[in-house]
Amino acid sequence: MPSVTYISATGRETAVAGFAGDSVMETAVRNGVPGIVAECGGSLSCATCHVFVCAGSVFPAMEDLEDDMLDGTAIDREENSRLSCQLKLGDADIRVATPETQV
Amino acid sequence: MTDTAASARHASLGTLIIGNCQAGVQLACSLRELGDTDPIVLVGEEPHAPYQRPPLSKAFLKGEITADSLTFRTHDFYREHNIELVTRERIVSISRDGSGGTAVAESGRRFDFARLALTTGAVPRQIPFDGSELEGVGYLRTATDATQLEQALGSARKLVVVGGGFIGLEVAAGARVAGLTVTVLEAAPRLVGRAVSEQTSEFYLQAHRRRGTRVVLNAQVVRFLGEHDRVTGVELGDGTVVPADVVLIGVGVIPRTELAEQLGLAIDNGIVVDGSALCSDGFTVAAGDCANLPNPSITPGGVARLRLESVQNAIEQGKVAAATLLGLPAEYSTVPWFWSDQADLKLQIAGLSGGHDQIVLRGEPDSEKFSVLYYRAGQLIAADCINKPLDFIAVRGALNHGQNVPADLAGDVTIPLKKLVSAAPALAGK
Ligand SMILES: Cc1cc2nc3c(=O)[nH]c(=O)nc-3n(C[C@H](O)[C@H](O)[C@H](O)COP(=O)(O)OP(=O)(O)OC[C@H]3O[C@@H](n4cnc5c(N)ncnc54)[C@H](O)[C@@H]3O)c2cc1C
Ligand code: FES
Repeated sequence: MPSVTYISATGRETAVAGFAGDSVMETAVRNGVPGIVAECGGSLSCATCHVFVCAGSVFPAMEDLEDDMLDGTAIDREENSRLSCQLKLGDADIRVATPETQV
Repeated sequence: MTDTAASARHASLGTLIIGNCQAGVQLACSLRELGDTDPIVLVGEEPHAPYQRPPLSKAFLKGEITADSLTFRTHDFYREHNIELVTRERIVSISRDGSGGTAVAESGRRFDFARLALTTGAVPRQIPFDGSELEGVGYLRTATDATQLEQALGSARKLVVVGGGFIGLEVAAGARVAGLTVTVLEAAPRLVGRAVSEQTSEFYLQAHRRRGTRVVLNAQVVRFLGEHDRVTGVELGDGTVVPADVVLIGVGVIPRTELAEQLGLAIDNGIVVDGSALCSDGFTVAAGDCANLPNPSITPGGVARLRLESVQNAIEQGKVAAATLLGLPAEYSTVPWFWSDQADLKLQIAGLSGGHDQIVLRGEPDSEKFSVLYYRAGQLIAADCINKPLDFIAVRGALNHGQNVPADLAGDVTIPLKKLVSAAPALAGK
């Protein structure tokens, strides 16, 4: 089982066990990890599941819609910004940082 | 029991939340986030742990996801946060005493409480036509409904949807992709009439027709016909019969107010609450689809109160209600927003368009990528964005920050909306 570590804006780390195929967003929400709101439940409609992917964690490139939605996150996007509902877990352990606010 | 004995009993009881879906779960989680350490009991009648409803009419029917993957939180989460999750218990009676009260389930199980939240949601509006009980005729609200519909559609060739609202159109679009013959019967002269403008309705009419769905407006359903207890068709007022293997009825929902009525709370198209989610008794809170709230947008000329049926509203109101229960100041003031995915048509709505006096079309509806912007006295108040996430994001942001987009420029698709957002709102003038 891949582990997913979420680093809050204040530096607090929460690690949870994830399942391959689940998204980084789903894993956070189900386990009540703060920092990801995910109002639309992963349908790429809300941009409230913004994360910064840490160096060493790799995901497939994003599609246009995700790219567009990232322009509307509460905290401005950066180079390593992604919408976590689009990040599916594989076998590797993952680290992401969550922004200060999502809405 | 004396008053003091009653209050001592209730003090240790904590919060009872009736209805364990979107709003109820949010309320429970928010209570803990706000530092509440009293017991929390979250009770619902459905057999499942709380789950998301929106995918039921979308990805779930396509078989892309299972019911399990819709669960909001793991059982460990509820345990760790000391939230007692109770399923399969329908509360049928409720009463208040000095400092709290008692709710009783159909099974006879009692739930005493010191604080009370009603997050009872809504049920599909039923239609009384002959033949509604035939096999193959159904509604869609719960995971159980969705499982039945998925099974029925699996072997069906002809789907008839009664009601051209969001849920019906989502199911219709999915069924067309799967190759079924689909007919949508809408009683009104246009689709999704309650939620969007005529422009957006007209777009959906054309878009669904382009995808091969037959849409009948001003349709008057008279009864359902069947053979061997199974539905075979829908009879219309003019005598025509639309053949059907499956009929989905999606004609809106009715708020569940039975318990609120027992408590003597004010009710008017839902449980009447104030901006802090407090009911008329000054004790109970209510949130989500069951609650009728003051309009959170400042739109003079628009309606003063409304009942919103959306995930975003259930979440926001759940948060506000939790704070109110703990005696913390809280006011529902966010800009409502909503989405609907109909196959490849993504709709995102920001704001409430009620009371608009001007519409600006941004883009060409037939291109299936455009937005409808709503104005009142020169101020942007809402937008329907179809396959235009950038417009949606810009409008939602502008509305959240009290900004404006000048109406005379908003239709120019060569300029990103984001660039047009102006810091100061236009002077409303009236
Ligand atoms: C198929 C479908 C698709 C949707 N798509 C979207 C969408 O794309 N976007 C969007 O924003 N919204 C969508 N919605 C709407 C959204 O799901 C609702 O607004 C939201 O679920 C409301 O949450 P709630 O907690 O207020 O009510 P509900 O979800 O209705 O939950 C209330 C719960 O309380 C329980 N309950 C009620 N009375 C009692 C009682 N007496 N005892 C015990 N339990 C009780 C009910 O069984 C229910 O489980 C959709 C809804 C459906 C059905
Ligand atoms: S959860 Fe809404 S965009 Fe990711």
